[in-house]
Amino acid sequence: MLQLGLSCLLLLLLHVCVVFGTELSFELPDNDKQCFYEELEKDVKFDIDFQVIAGGNYDVDCFVTDPQNNVLYNEKKKQYDSFSHTTTMKGEYKVCFSNEFSTFTHKVVYLDFRHGDEEPLLQSMTRSTALTQLESSCVAIHEILKVVADSQTWYRLREAHDRTKAEHLLERVTYWSIGETVLLFVIGIGQVMMLRSFFADKKGSVLAAT
Amino acid sequence: LPASSGGHADWPEPGESLRVLLLNFLCSSVSSLYFHIGETEKKCFIEEIPDETMIIGNYRTQLYDKQREEYLQATQGLGMYVEVKDPDEKVILSRQYGSEGRFTFTSHTPGEHQICLHSNSSKFSLFAGGMLRVHLDIQVGEHANNYAEIAAKDKLTELQLRVRQLVEQVDQIQKEQNYQRYREERFRQTSESTNQRVLWWSIVQTLILVAIGIWQMRHLKSFFEAKKLV
Repeated sequence: MLQLGLSCLLLLLLHVCVVFGTELSFELPDNDKQCFYEELEKDVKFDIDFQVIAGGNYDVDCFVTDPQNNVLYNEKKKQYDSFSHTTTMKGEYKVCFSNEFSTFTHKVVYLDFRHGDEEPLLQSMTRSTALTQLESSCVAIHEILKVVADSQTWYRLREAHDRTKAEHLLERVTYWSIGETVLLFVIGIGQVMMLRSFFADKKGSVLAAT
Repeated sequence: LPASSGGHADWPEPGESLRVLLLNFLCSSVSSLYFHIGETEKKCFIEEIPDETMIIGNYRTQLYDKQREEYLQATQGLGMYVEVKDPDEKVILSRQYGSEGRFTFTSHTPGEHQICLHSNSSKFSLFAGGMLRVHLDIQVGEHANNYAEIAAKDKLTELQLRVRQLVEQVDQIQKEQNYQRYREERFRQTSESTNQRVLWWSIVQTLILVAIGIWQMRHLKSFFEAKKLV
């Protein structure tokens, strides 16, 4: 019973002070602004990665503010960027994406917001205990695999971006080809019809002139 | 693998571990990224994932109280409607949850899954033109695993659990790589399709141009001959 109480307490404590990050992709309609907020403690390092994966010129405005509305980061028309900061005060931090400069293209933006340290695997594993060689190797492999996973995410996003562009190109080529064929026929037959109409009315005057 | 030599606490029994897990879940929804959503607004998130990947989403809502000028905890009658669509636009999850909820689904097709949330409050006066604050946390694949649960179920030592985590990570990486192969093939098909279409249409349009040109001249020639101008 005591063990249960202790493990519960440990769980509560560990969860309150250690949190992980969130990554998500969302659609940003034209002339719209979307903000995400996060409550952070003091002296917490956070990383923001964003990328535009679809829409228009693949660019978006982004700004980050601290709880006192000081601007920490402000960039216009960026396709992708990374931003790191260590908090100097506790409060609500805001990251906003704006598509207000665009009149009709909506964008899809990928955001990765990481803060704090990674949660320990098991509640009984704290960083203060000494690790055996095997455990150190496991930790090293885990960190490398995280880098591999991040790299895969990067490539997946770039591929999504390129694929969207290629699909747009295919669509435009199809519509333009059909349109151009129709235009060709219309102009070709139209020219002949117009020419015939010139000669049909003025037949008498042309004959008289020659 | 040999039993652990470390002196860690014994695992609680199944009944108690359930309560522990419940506490675990409640405490894990303490803080995460949040955003504001209007009354009839629908917010959609896109997750591009390989197949057989589990996604767990946790959300928590707060309503703005004008009198106290702060965001209150979850209120009754305030629900969120969660809809998940797979890459073929088929709905795989469509449920209403309370003001605080947790949804789970596993993908069966690789691709872009769309997770849409919109509020479905039964008492519209609650909103009064304000905004609803939604805390959202989405965990994908390996991150969705609850290692405490796995350790309890399979009775793993710390080292075994670490190795298990590595195995899960590598598994996820392999799934992602298979998905990458599938995506590359799709991309290649799109590019080849574009290439073919451009080629075909260029040839066809040149032929049409030439044909129309010849037809125009012949038609006009016969027209002018008929009018005795040539």
